[in-house]
Amino acid sequence: MIYAVDVQNVEKKYGSFSALAGVSLRVEEGEFFALLGPNGAGKTTLISALAGLVRVSAGKLSVMGHDVVTDYRAARKALGIVPQEIVFDPFFSVRETLQFQAGYFGIAHTAVLDAWIDELLAKLSLTDKADQNMRQLSGGMKRRVLVAQALVHRPPVIVLDEPTAGVDVELRQTLWSFIRELNAKGHTILLTTHYLEEAQQLCSRIAMMKQGKIVAMDTTEHLLNAFSERVLRVKLADELPAVLVARRGKQSGKSENSWHSFSLQDYREVETLLLQLREAGAVITNLEVTEPELEEVFVKIMHQSDVPIGETMSELPGAGA
Amino acid sequence: MIGFQTLLKKEILRFWKVAFQTVAAPVLTSMLYLLIFAHVMAGSNAAFPGIEYQQFLIPGLAMMTMLQNAFANSSSSLIQSKITGNILFILLPPLTPWNFYGAYVLAAVVRGLAVGAGVFAVGLFLAHIPVHSFIWILVFALFGSAMMAALGIIAGLWADKFDQIAAFQNFIIMPLTFLSGVFYSIQSLPIFWQNLSHLNPFFYMIDGFRYGFFGRSDVSVWLSLAVTMGAFFCLSVATLHLLKSGYKLRQ
Repeated sequence: MIYAVDVQNVEKKYGSFSALAGVSLRVEEGEFFALLGPNGAGKTTLISALAGLVRVSAGKLSVMGHDVVTDYRAARKALGIVPQEIVFDPFFSVRETLQFQAGYFGIAHTAVLDAWIDELLAKLSLTDKADQNMRQLSGGMKRRVLVAQALVHRPPVIVLDEPTAGVDVELRQTLWSFIRELNAKGHTILLTTHYLEEAQQLCSRIAMMKQGKIVAMDTTEHLLNAFSERVLRVKLADELPAVLVARRGKQSGKSENSWHSFSLQDYREVETLLLQLREAGAVITNLEVTEPELEEVFVKIMHQSDVPIGETMSELPGAGA
Repeated sequence: MIGFQTLLKKEILRFWKVAFQTVAAPVLTSMLYLLIFAHVMAGSNAAFPGIEYQQFLIPGLAMMTMLQNAFANSSSSLIQSKITGNILFILLPPLTPWNFYGAYVLAAVVRGLAVGAGVFAVGLFLAHIPVHSFIWILVFALFGSAMMAALGIIAGLWADKFDQIAAFQNFIIMPLTFLSGVFYSIQSLPIFWQNLSHLNPFFYMIDGFRYGFFGRSDVSVWLSLAVTMGAFFCLSVATLHLLKSGYKLRQ
């Protein structure tokens, strides 16, 4: 089977420091995959290795089945990268920038290319800036051009390295709807971000990195279920009935005494709990059900310090799937 | 092939969009040298009998300007891209080391020739310039510029700051080109300085280039050709080696 991205036992050492300490991961074609981790975890190093900007000390990487070293031309054609840092060429306009980028990837300047560039500009709300010099653009617009540059050669695999860092809400929404559209058309998306709610909403699978290692990798759903919980919280007019005291979880969240939390394995338990409360004569004055949050999962996993990778992985349902 | 053509086009446009600074300015500088030296040295003995000083000066000055600008083009383009970070745009695509080398060298040669043509255009107003062999003129112009372009790539890859490129230009390229017999024939120098000049590769490029105009030179034109081609070949091998190894481009 050909994987969109295949990383096997990759190590990268800078002197005695290991930026990547044996990373393996596979992203299937068409996946929307998140790579999460604190600053310095090795996410950008891994992406750079995929792009051929960093040469690894050990291990192998391939994009759409093409080794990034021995078959680098095919690997690079299959890959579109939106870099973390905003960079631009001050000599050229937006349109020229995109035409040049397509040319570097071996795409002839034809009407087809022009139409695609126009489409990219429209999708990224850059149409009216097309003939402006890159210098005249705001930071957010320059970032949009970087997205367009990464897509101009229609790569099957798209890597976004913190594309929404410091970007306004409108651009975020435009960007994500466009990326979702591309994903729906079959493009594989690999995303790194510090906005965990974005990863939770968008990505079907998540890998978490810490100190150059992958410390967790599973479907978003499994991770949420394994490390975070749904909680039913009720506010009662009187004391909590005795029969339910044992069922109650530790008090958390809102600090008022009359709030009580019950962790849920399943939404069907809500019905049972409400029934029990009613039978016990409790009067509910307020109620909420909280969803599991990736942020909670992330914090828990990052705080399980020095857990060897195998152990963490085996705790997860469906690990290694 | 399209990748190479695109990079070449981009490199040419890069200097052409600021041609006032990259082409017109060096032509103006050369013109000032021409006016001043031609005035001061008027009537003095040129190297070759029957040739006036300003006739002698123009080809050397043109070659010196070409060499300096070919070097400036590739080195400043690379250091700018490295410092602004937009070198990324050519590191991500499937461009080969040969594409990279070819585009940077050719664009620098184009700038060299544009500047050289400018110097001649000005020179034509000041003196009659004979042409002995157009082929020799072209060979030295092309390979001299190409050699300097390759050297410029090496300097651009090596340098981390604009400072270092400026030092390379001011402390190596400028003295070597100035002391290469542009303004005088080395035969007019004491033996010691003559011998020292023979160690300067730029001397051969200028002497050979001048041969194309006058059919006369300080040393054999074939020796000059051998030195020029040899330097071009060695620097090209070194440049390609650095590009293949990803020196300072890929960690």
